[in-house]
Amino acid sequence: MTAEFWVTQTFNGLSYGALLFLLASGLSLIFGVMRVVNLAHGSYFMLGGYVGLSVMWRTGSYVLALIGGALALAVIGIAMERLFLRRLSGQTLGQVLMTIGFALIFQDLALLIWGGDPYSIRPPAMLSGVVTAGPGRFPVYRIFIVVIAVVIGALLWLALDRTRIGAMIRAAVDDPEMASGVGIRVPRVSLAVFALGAALAAFGGVVGAGFLGVYPGLDFEILPYAFVVVIVGGLGSLPGAMVGSLLVGLLDNFGKALFPELSYFTLFAPMALILALKPTGLFGRV
Amino acid sequence: MTRTRVLAIVALLAFAAPLAAPPGAPAQSAPIKIGFLAPLTGPFAQIGKDMVSGNELYLKEIGGQVAGRRIEIIVEDDEGNPATALNKSRKLVDQDKISILTGGMLANVGYALQPYVDAQKMPTTFPVIAADDITQRKPAKWIVRTGWATSQPMHPFGEWVLKNTKYRKIAAIGMDYAFGYEIIGGFQQVFEEGGGQIVQRIWAPLNTNDFAPFLAQIRRDADAVLALFTGRLALQFVKQYEEAGLKGKLPLLGGGTLTDETVLPQMGDEAIGLITALHYSQALDNPANAKFNKAFEASAGKIASYYSEATYTNARWIVEAIKAVGGKVEDRDAMLAALRKVDLKDTARGPLKVDDFGNPIQNVYIRKVERVGGKLQNTVIATYPGVSQFWKYKPDEYMKRPLYSRDYPPCKHCQ
Amino acid sequence: MNRRPIVLGVGALVAAAVVAPFLASYPLTLLTQVAIMAVLAMSLDILLGYTGLPSLGHAAYFGAAAYAVGILATERQAGFVTCLVAGVVVAAVTAALFGLIAIRATGTYFLMITLALGMVVWGLAFRWVSLTKGDNGIAGVPRPELGLPWSLSSPLPFFYFALIAAALAWAALGTLARSPFGLTLRGIRESETRMRALGYDVWLHKYLAFVISGAFAGFAGVLWAWYNGFVSPVDVQLVTSVETLLMVALGGPGTLAGPALGAAVIVFLKNFVSVYTKRWLLILGAVYIGVILFAPRGVLGALRSRR
Repeated sequence: MTAEFWVTQTFNGLSYGALLFLLASGLSLIFGVMRVVNLAHGSYFMLGGYVGLSVMWRTGSYVLALIGGALALAVIGIAMERLFLRRLSGQTLGQVLMTIGFALIFQDLALLIWGGDPYSIRPPAMLSGVVTAGPGRFPVYRIFIVVIAVVIGALLWLALDRTRIGAMIRAAVDDPEMASGVGIRVPRVSLAVFALGAALAAFGGVVGAGFLGVYPGLDFEILPYAFVVVIVGGLGSLPGAMVGSLLVGLLDNFGKALFPELSYFTLFAPMALILALKPTGLFGRV
Repeated sequence: MTRTRVLAIVALLAFAAPLAAPPGAPAQSAPIKIGFLAPLTGPFAQIGKDMVSGNELYLKEIGGQVAGRRIEIIVEDDEGNPATALNKSRKLVDQDKISILTGGMLANVGYALQPYVDAQKMPTTFPVIAADDITQRKPAKWIVRTGWATSQPMHPFGEWVLKNTKYRKIAAIGMDYAFGYEIIGGFQQVFEEGGGQIVQRIWAPLNTNDFAPFLAQIRRDADAVLALFTGRLALQFVKQYEEAGLKGKLPLLGGGTLTDETVLPQMGDEAIGLITALHYSQALDNPANAKFNKAFEASAGKIASYYSEATYTNARWIVEAIKAVGGKVEDRDAMLAALRKVDLKDTARGPLKVDDFGNPIQNVYIRKVERVGGKLQNTVIATYPGVSQFWKYKPDEYMKRPLYSRDYPPCKHCQ
Repeated sequence: MNRRPIVLGVGALVAAAVVAPFLASYPLTLLTQVAIMAVLAMSLDILLGYTGLPSLGHAAYFGAAAYAVGILATERQAGFVTCLVAGVVVAAVTAALFGLIAIRATGTYFLMITLALGMVVWGLAFRWVSLTKGDNGIAGVPRPELGLPWSLSSPLPFFYFALIAAALAWAALGTLARSPFGLTLRGIRESETRMRALGYDVWLHKYLAFVISGAFAGFAGVLWAWYNGFVSPVDVQLVTSVETLLMVALGGPGTLAGPALGAAVIVFLKNFVSVYTKRWLLILGAVYIGVILFAPRGVLGALRSRR
């Protein structure tokens, strides 16, 4: 095990964690505000990638692909929340079955629209290439993912911590009844958070399509990762999502590199351990 | 079926032909039902679609009938799931009363079906499922392979690399399941017997999406890397291999699916120069392939792949066997024997014969990815004619060795 | 005490037993599947319907038992009793371990944790290649010899075997549900705090329900391994767990006969619809959504509230 191995693997784990943060932060926020376990969240990631791909084909613009993917899924998220999920508030089982139903429908629609071939989105030339520094080699695209995740994480934190709407969201997370008692329109906050969560996942999907690709089955492959992140970090907590993503990114990466035979065990077993010690996750409160 | 009975039926048919519906031979005028399994939903849906299209194309070309009987194909979605494949086979056999079962894509579907079709005595062909032992150590009596055995192209590839390159130390990375073991193992067997060394073997899980942890482990002191991935994994691996800056340093060799034509159109310049081995290439230059390519593109709206060629040729194979039994597919023993006797001189992938174990003896092509007319293709740079699944070994000696696996051949030169 | 589900259930069992000899072998194999899936759905009902714990990892116990049978039957040539006992015990032990972690959580947390624990078992099935053969799965699992004049390898005897197994499981779970233990579980479902105040050990009751439910899921897994002759990671994956939840929700949680009916509907739906259209996933997705919107308490639940 050389220094190069440790440096490269750590960076890889970091960049994978950054991508997971984009996916899982939305899931965590949605849960925090609405107590919805959204099994269609992986579908947002996949559909975001597909929409981004189509935008890329039409316009050739990577930036438009990012925006297009996020916007399209924000709209889908709004429709799902408004028309279906809202009437199930408080019914855990109903929400699970409803969102899994949507996940199946999205999966089939994606197959119908984009066919089953695997695709990848080619990022612009300035994001390709490799930077060599010291013993490590760092693909530019992965550096870009880390930067994007840091920026979005910072923006989310600022928005939640420093703005009026952020205060409203935090109030709704802490105690929905109290929040509506003081005049916060919780349904509207929920809708906004749901749209934001879906958009973040889709954004992650477009970014992810640059190196994971986009293909049928991506939805259910990525979903468990998102769940592990929020379970480890604590449901509804932004810092939890950050720490959880990093932890999962690193665990997954080193697990696969050091103990390939047990790679899933090295991911899920520490999670079970954390849960055994602290059932609400590292940063969870309830 | 005795010859006299055959003669009697032929005579009866000849006399009855002017009549609209000869009551003596209802089975002869009824359609021949063929059950066709393919993954039509889930991650492999596109490959399933290619398989269905290839099969349809051939049957359309012959007007949908053979030996005076119409052919009815009943397609069922196996979801790439062995339990579903079994379920659908039961439906095809029991309810639809098929005479021949064919299709299937994944090795686990093949292993799940094997005991069932043997118990049912159902003549079955596998155009795509390639798991070695289905026609080797545990041969299925009722299955004839019209496709290939996994390690079949890799034995000659090992020899070709020794004779035509200076690579003597190769690091291997493959998918962590039987298909991966058999591809890498077949190469390693011949390559090491000829003096080469496999210096590393890395097995990546099937649902890997980030290859970084594996790419970082590849030994930089190797001469080249041998990789085996399929579908979207192939697409991502080749891309991430280049992004990690490895392509310039360590030339990439691969099993045929690494650059097969279901993924090649979505690849970019990162694929150029890759050398792989398979029993088919869409860019293969022969009249049958030219005809197949043209017809396939016209009907399916995309380029042919080894999957569509597999089912196209498989359909022809079945039709030839039906002709050989004079359309009497209900005689299952005769049908099976006919399937095992098919000898085709001019298929899109070259001449085909069956060995004693039910696997084709066929050409193996060494292919190199090139950009021709703006499109990537697998240009054939060498041909090994008439390769058996046992390569140059004697079958019984070959089968005394264990099946290629995670542990076999042992990695003597790995550290 | 509502007797309607029992009458319905017994009626269905008798009808299936009478009709079976006249069926072609394909519908018969589907009915066999229904019987096995009914056991799985009923086992989940003990948790979801009676105790109010929505488990999203039920395939773990089902799959663990199926793997135990697969491995023992192919590598050790184990017979009927060994396979049956080993399968159920492996499932119960898995549930006992997972229960220690999961039972502390409630509601959504319980759901997420069981989902994640289910993934652990899937991960092992998929990656512990030396034991489970990984993605290839374990093929050629023989059906047991019972020393009876009929071989279980033909469809009809195996159907009766599965039907009797399902009837026994139903009877056992029904007895459990009506026992004082079962009534306590229902009390916990309605109000944990009240039961705690009355002096019941809520944790222990939930834990026992969890283990019993896992053991019965294992029983279904044993039958499944024999039925298919094949075990693969698909049996353990998330979709299997979710489908089981759907069966329970569709039929009506807390009725036992309802989830069994749900199992029948889902098995037939999947196998019939997929014959007619490639777009059957769309339809299945719509069924999930439709059940929640139009029959939130399940079919039997809806029947019951109409009285």
